Amino acid sequence: MFALADVNSFYASCEGVFRPDLRGQPIVCLSNNDGCVIARNAAAKALGIKMGVPWFQLKGTDFPTKIHVFSSNYELYASLSNRVMAHIEALAPRVEQYSIDEMFLDIRGIDRCIQYEDFGRQLREHVKAGTGLTIGVGMGPSKTLAKSAQWASKEWPQFGGVLALTVDNPRRTEKLLSLQPAGEIWGVGNRIAKKLATMGITTALQLAQANPTFIRRNFNVVLERTVRELNGEPCISLEEAPPPKQQIVCSRSFGERITTYESMRQAICQYAERAAEKLRGERQFCRHVTVFVKTSPFAVNEPYYGNVASEQLLVPTQDTRDVIAAAIRSLDRIWQDNHRYAKAGVMLNDFTPTGVSQLNLFDEVQPRACSSELMKVLDGINHSGLGKVWFAGRGIAPEWKMKREMLSPAYTTRWSEIPKARLL
Amino acid sequence: MTSIQFIKASQEPEILQLPLFADTVPCGFPSPAQDYVEAELDLNDYCILRPSSTYFVRAIGNSMTDIGLHSGDLLIVDKAERPQHGDIVIAEIEGEFTVKRLLLTPRPGLQAMNPAYPTLYPDPEQLQIFGVVTAFIHKTRNGD
Repeated sequence: MFALADVNSFYASCEGVFRPDLRGQPIVCLSNNDGCVIARNAAAKALGIKMGVPWFQLKGTDFPTKIHVFSSNYELYASLSNRVMAHIEALAPRVEQYSIDEMFLDIRGIDRCIQYEDFGRQLREHVKAGTGLTIGVGMGPSKTLAKSAQWASKEWPQFGGVLALTVDNPRRTEKLLSLQPAGEIWGVGNRIAKKLATMGITTALQLAQANPTFIRRNFNVVLERTVRELNGEPCISLEEAPPPKQQIVCSRSFGERITTYESMRQAICQYAERAAEKLRGERQFCRHVTVFVKTSPFAVNEPYYGNVASEQLLVPTQDTRDVIAAAIRSLDRIWQDNHRYAKAGVMLNDFTPTGVSQLNLFDEVQPRACSSELMKVLDGINHSGLGKVWFAGRGIAPEWKMKREMLSPAYTTRWSEIPKARLL
Repeated sequence: MTSIQFIKASQEPEILQLPLFADTVPCGFPSPAQDYVEAELDLNDYCILRPSSTYFVRAIGNSMTDIGLHSGDLLIVDKAERPQHGDIVIAEIEGEFTVKRLLLTPRPGLQAMNPAYPTLYPDPEQLQIFGVVTAFIHKTRNGD
């Protein structure tokens, strides 16, 4: 048995935890650079605010009540996500963090002590008491069915946010799947749903009853696995330790368009720095550095320009200095003046677990002395929370930094921003 | 008679290998305490029972002299703790966090610990408790 626990409108709920004055009021959160709506609480949904609406459009609309708008406060969300995770781990033996607000739990055998749905309610109360956030819990014999149960628990309020699909009640499972549109199944995207519809498969039940061989022939083995999972045969197991990364990408859209080489160089330098730090976190060395830049494809009256350049390194490295140098050399090859760049990024590929490699007799590049010690000191300072050191190439006052004009305080991670209570 | 024997230099001298210890040896007496080192006392262990449900809140306003709580003190709040009669709690009043003593008998109320303020008796349905204050820290020197 698997359970899927997810936090109800996570970002918007996080913003409300330390704001008693916002109880029951509409809250929405915006994407990076305050672009568009990416999270809404129940009150905001009731006002008909749709997902993905651009902020500038919303700003001009009149609503009967004031809408509370927040920029993405990732510091707060990460902290509360960890707290939710800790609460769930206290009650379940094996937990996989699937995303910032979703966790898969292995709940095999729990029904010997407690009914599955009672366990779900217990989990819900435990998280609510410790974090103030409400979770929904869906349970089923496979991950896909757990996800379907979680979908249904949201769709029909009478379940109270907890629903278990068990093997001994196949009619309930059947009933639920007959009501679930195929596009809502875990792992079925828009394109596949459309193709399924042309074959007359519009509900989850119809897909569950399809012949797996037929599905594999017309689609792929992944969808065949979904069919089996819908029939209660677990094919996807719990991944407690995520597999080592094969690629690290650090990219961001700019708060304001970048037009000068100097600003772009600073941005690339910062992304390279961050990517190298992530690389060391994974204990890997990379042999390939890629840089990309692009203008906005939606800008009117502007030619679109986007390009990629990459460099193969002679020696595998995890030294920030090597990554920055390679990234800047790549940038120089693709930089063009007179564009208004909207996005850029640095990508690291081709990982090896050690920095050891066969040196070439005539190589001019020699491994840097004491590189790992220097990087250790660098990361040590930056992770200590006491201060930051960075490479000068990144500049000191970047004007292209992410725009977060409606940012709430980091209530749980900064002493200066902890919530206040009045003494009366 | 004395005979003189000539000793020739050996063609293939035997090599005597003596190890050289590159490690330094600390002089002096080894610490007799080194097998008995314990972890230092951690204030977190003392103040915080459940880290994942504990939040820090800053107290602002008139002092609650009865319990020695002053403006600027750091409150350690456990959200998962079940509020009991007499607990110091963070209650939500008119959209604000406030520090009060919780009364459950004879009827639910929020008592101010400053005689200048009255005890509130909010509608029990509306009474929202953010968490229980399990400890507070008062710095005796101002600054930082």
